[in-house]
Amino acid sequence: MARMATTKQVVVSTIGAWFFGFLIFFPILWMVLASFKTELEAFAIPPSFLFFHWTTENYATVQERSDYFQHALNSVIIAGGSTLIALLIAIPAAWSMAFSPTKRTKDILLWMLSTKMMPPVGVLVPIYLIYKTFGLLDSRIGLIFILCLGNLPIVIWMLFTYFKEIPRDILEAARMDGATIGRELIYVLTPMAIPGLASTMLLNLILAWNEAFWTLNLSTSNAAPLTTFIASYSSPEGLFWAKLSAASTLAIAPILVLGWFSQKQLVRGLTFGAVK
Amino acid sequence: MKQFLGAVCGASCLLLVVPAMAETTLTIATVNNGDMIRMQGLTAEFTKKNPDIAVKWVTLEENVLRQRVTTDIATKGGQFDVLTIGTYEVPIWAKKGWLVPLANLGADYDVADLLPRIKDAVSVDGKLYAAPFYGESSMVMYRTDLFDKAGLKMPEKPAWDFVVDAAKKLTDKSAGVYGICLRGKAGWGENMAFLSAMANSYGARWFDENWQPQFNTPEWKATLSTYVDLMKQAGPPGASSNGFNENLALFNAGKCAMWIDATVAASFVTNPKDSKVADKVGFALAPNTGLGKNANWLWAWNLAIPAGSKKAEAAEKFIAWATSKDYTKVVAAKDGWANVPPGTRTSLYQNPEYLKVAPFAKLTLASIDAADPNKPTVKPVPYVGVQYAAIPEFQGIGTQVGQQFSAALAGSMTVDAALTAAQSATEREMKRAGYIK
Repeated sequence: MARMATTKQVVVSTIGAWFFGFLIFFPILWMVLASFKTELEAFAIPPSFLFFHWTTENYATVQERSDYFQHALNSVIIAGGSTLIALLIAIPAAWSMAFSPTKRTKDILLWMLSTKMMPPVGVLVPIYLIYKTFGLLDSRIGLIFILCLGNLPIVIWMLFTYFKEIPRDILEAARMDGATIGRELIYVLTPMAIPGLASTMLLNLILAWNEAFWTLNLSTSNAAPLTTFIASYSSPEGLFWAKLSAASTLAIAPILVLGWFSQKQLVRGLTFGAVK
Repeated sequence: MKQFLGAVCGASCLLLVVPAMAETTLTIATVNNGDMIRMQGLTAEFTKKNPDIAVKWVTLEENVLRQRVTTDIATKGGQFDVLTIGTYEVPIWAKKGWLVPLANLGADYDVADLLPRIKDAVSVDGKLYAAPFYGESSMVMYRTDLFDKAGLKMPEKPAWDFVVDAAKKLTDKSAGVYGICLRGKAGWGENMAFLSAMANSYGARWFDENWQPQFNTPEWKATLSTYVDLMKQAGPPGASSNGFNENLALFNAGKCAMWIDATVAASFVTNPKDSKVADKVGFALAPNTGLGKNANWLWAWNLAIPAGSKKAEAAEKFIAWATSKDYTKVVAAKDGWANVPPGTRTSLYQNPEYLKVAPFAKLTLASIDAADPNKPTVKPVPYVGVQYAAIPEFQGIGTQVGQQFSAALAGSMTVDAALTAAQSATEREMKRAGYIK
């Protein structure tokens, strides 16, 4: 009896999980399907799910009209660069806050988080003027810098939480064996924090990849990443849904594949602190 | 030796400078629509004639572009050399000194050939601050087969009473056919473009001569209650979230007996590739109430040069090319006359080849002629603009009012409540901006 109930539970929860999984994934699936429709079919009422005239015309048009690879390369450089620099700054910062906290550590952490509470448009004009003065408009360096700063509070917070989970005794033992701070960081702390580091890195990479406010406002053509590429296919007057879907599918493809392969790390890292 | 080194240094400097001088790269910001995309595709025609000029395109969705370009021009960022802006922005930006007047478009440009209404909309104090790329008004598009079946005949200049009656008669909800499709999505360029133009035909206005908002007048009440009642009885479900694209899809699928929207839609609904009802569409002027104003708007996308650009000369060359009569010939040769950008030049409407492929051409021209941005309403107003008031505050106010009216359409508030809310919101914003005390 107990066994039957267990099987039933498993079946129900599996079906439930698949149902909700499908529900969450549906908008992405719909976008991918729309990218293979003609403009008329993409907007048809009632919409057709699978039985339509499949075409790759939109991908050809998108490729012909815009330079996808240039935009994708910019996205890789900007997202990768900002993640790398954010980690380089955040690891020592989180380390010092986790292992040598002072009276003000909590305040500093809260203050850092408070910067995320302001809508970015509030500082658009001052940032734009600063960038203009330093010649950073439409440059990859400029975008790396702003995305790095924007995501730094989250990166520090996440790493701080992971580092807090690591027993201090292990670090003390390393110190007893004569390890310097640098060695302690590289050989003891980092390997233990790898799941946390990996998930922080991935999350930051996804955030930077998807960031659409600063990348749209501070770039024009040379440094324009995939967000600009997508924005160029949206239109309130004229039918561009199928092309927009094709552009969006191309834009999310790399990060989707990366997310798929690193799903285990990502989930483990994100639930690491909470479970304990 | 010193002299030799000096000469080498000088020569190297020259080498570095020469390629930069040989090529001017123009960065052009534009919106994503069919005509603009076609222009991008034809860039080679321009660069062939001007080998010293290279062109880079930045295409963005209209609202994103507006924010992006406004930030750049207000901070004198100098990121763009040519801007695509609407008739709303031109007078505001020209008065702020943000745009370069276009005085050197060339001898064969023929400024006099520009449609007078459109030319007025992009000129300030008689000076042209932007060159129109394509222009549009709004008109009634209707299903001739459904009208015939119901024994109705659409007049060329229909009255609102006729349109309301016909819409009710033509509605057959069981067959999924609705008498009329109109914009309901909130936004100053969405439902408010339509409703402001409709209000003009009912004798209403946004502000009186002293900038007092006028939503508490009987004219606005008549406008909004007619719109809401009509849409409740003869409109498609969920109309409060319908904009141009949604209505276009509905009309093309045969779900609307009438649709009042941009004249540019005429070429979409008559294109058999996109429309199921391509051969059953008739056109008429936007409705009126006999007060002398039709419910049609006036809009043009224009090319302008921001004051911060260091390449104004090359930019003006490009603008002169893209908005010239020759450009329409280039498009006609490549994609046919049906695809040339409409609504900017008188000569296009005298061209028999164009008239042959564009059955809606005459009505488009009549609609554009009927909309006067300098005298948009029955009663006098202190602002310029038919479906908007060309003041910087209008975008915010228009969208706020649009939200109230969209809520009235959705049924979440009454017409009276929406008008009261619109009046107080507009009064508040106008006081804050210093127009009224």
